[in-house]
Amino acid sequence: MNKTYKIALGNLSKLYGRINETQQIYLPVRRGGTLNFEKWHESAVVDLHGLKTTNTPKDLFLPQSEDLYTAKMDGTNIEIITKDFFDNAFVIFGVKACDIEAIAVMDNIYLSKHPVDMYYEARRKNAVLVSLACNAPKNACFCAAFNIDAANPKGDVATWILGEYLYTQAQNGKGKAFVEDIMGLFEPAEADDLLGLKAEIAEKAQSLPYSKLPLESFTGENMMKIFDHENWDFLHRACIGCGTCTYTCPTCSCYDIKDFDKCSGTTRFRCWDSCMYPEFTLMAHGNNRLTQKERFRQRFMHKLMYHPMNYDGQFGCVGCGRCINKCPVSLNIVKIIKSLGVEVAENANA
Amino acid sequence: MQMPDMLIPQVGVVTEIIKETPDVKTFRVVNIKGNKAFDHMPGQCAMLSIPGVGEAMFSISTSPTNTKYMDFSIKRVGVLTEYMHDKMKEGDHITIRGPYGKPFPVDTELKGKNILFVGGGIALAPLRSVIHYVFDNREDYGYVDILYGARSVADLVYYKEIEKSWTQRRNTNVYLTIDRPDDEWDGNIGFVPDYFKKIGFSTDKVVVLCGPPIMIKFVMAVLLEMGFKKEQVYTTLELRMKCGIGKCGRCNIGDKFVCMDGPVFRTDELDHIPNEF
Repeated sequence: MNKTYKIALGNLSKLYGRINETQQIYLPVRRGGTLNFEKWHESAVVDLHGLKTTNTPKDLFLPQSEDLYTAKMDGTNIEIITKDFFDNAFVIFGVKACDIEAIAVMDNIYLSKHPVDMYYEARRKNAVLVSLACNAPKNACFCAAFNIDAANPKGDVATWILGEYLYTQAQNGKGKAFVEDIMGLFEPAEADDLLGLKAEIAEKAQSLPYSKLPLESFTGENMMKIFDHENWDFLHRACIGCGTCTYTCPTCSCYDIKDFDKCSGTTRFRCWDSCMYPEFTLMAHGNNRLTQKERFRQRFMHKLMYHPMNYDGQFGCVGCGRCINKCPVSLNIVKIIKSLGVEVAENANA
Repeated sequence: MQMPDMLIPQVGVVTEIIKETPDVKTFRVVNIKGNKAFDHMPGQCAMLSIPGVGEAMFSISTSPTNTKYMDFSIKRVGVLTEYMHDKMKEGDHITIRGPYGKPFPVDTELKGKNILFVGGGIALAPLRSVIHYVFDNREDYGYVDILYGARSVADLVYYKEIEKSWTQRRNTNVYLTIDRPDDEWDGNIGFVPDYFKKIGFSTDKVVVLCGPPIMIKFVMAVLLEMGFKKEQVYTTLELRMKCGIGKCGRCNIGDKFVCMDGPVFRTDELDHIPNEF
């Protein structure tokens, strides 16, 4: 097992400052009532005790909008001017277990199949992920349903807040190199110090209301059974197609490619998109998902069925609960899993 | 040097614009040096774009055996295609990236077989790539039947080429039909599925089927009625695409991404995914 170190919480600013000397550091910063990953500076209000950030860490790997290249036009002549790939080392600090798992989902989509997404890859390989165990998961959290361990978050380096200390353990070679670099600020600690805290977190996570969900039916052989299920007819009804769930989801990674006309040429950029919008599939000759029911169903089928089918059973949901907190009409993936999971399982047993 | 990324196109030149029908033109494209932009296989597609207007996926309607240029036969239906039809001139630049998608299995499952091509309207464009490939490697394939239909004589894409070249090939039969009677037409009148039934093909062949969804549906019904199996029939799907590399999510149906797993599918594969195409 990797060595354990600790640092007094009071000394964390020193740690951030030290990291900041060589690379940018992003961590949960409170501003105007919201908590988000922001670049650290000396007067930033860092809050490691908050449960989850409003936006997800995906912003740092798949920015909401990102320029691809510029096409300079001279009459009808075109010149393509590419831009350099992102090349700044950075640290993202205090990522919860669910959000770390979400990055693993994105890695599969963007990096596991040829051709890889080179924009995502450039950011991803420049980043050190420092995770933080969740001391106080709340009712909307359901990472346990997906076997994600809030007490033992992954990432390159894992951290825990215990009493007045932040404990840390490198999780891989990249994390080890990172920890070695800042070792001077830490003191050695015992891994066993964390046992009590980990047991407490695990018990909390398991006792949350959505910690056990009927996910067994969401396997490839039930794809058409679930797709054709009559419950979609009422499940979708409240959906207003606002796309909030998509934007606050740590695994939603579909994008649009658009043009922005500047005087100097046309900049082609990509930006987040949502399968909940009718334009998502609109073609000149028609649209293959004409109703909100079809679009609504696509989003959940993708996360619960199609993604696991393509990636060895890995669900496209990590139970972060942001859609539960943010949906203006109180729809969320838990309702879908409960409604369809239970019925399909019962019918199979009948 | 920066690595080339699949989302970044190269600049191409439209060397020739050929008017095929009142709403279909063929755009001949080479790269800036005058060569073919990249290699491809029949059935694969490319992203064409005019910056500031739009970018869209089109099937390549020339065969890989053509090493000089690529043709794109394009119907005037949307923002980008209207621009290409109405404003574009020979010599204009265009951007091109690709190739994308899984091709027709011309060197495996189609090899050595008799092939029946069934097409309707603009859908002859992707079929032409396969047809040329078969003609250029004639000894690798058996008998070729081509059944093609359009709304009217004027709407038959590649009509001159069909009459002058395709009908003259050995071991090749071409059957044409139009929807409505026309004074200049002494051939068959009627829809493709009906004409198909009237001709009555034997089942000792593979079928390559492209056309509007409604035509595919009815031809499929006739094929099954005549004893063909779904495993013998290949078709293509058309969905909205942005990236072409299975990431942007638009063309996802079931566990398939049409830009990567398609656009060519054997029709029995389609039984296992939701009917959202």
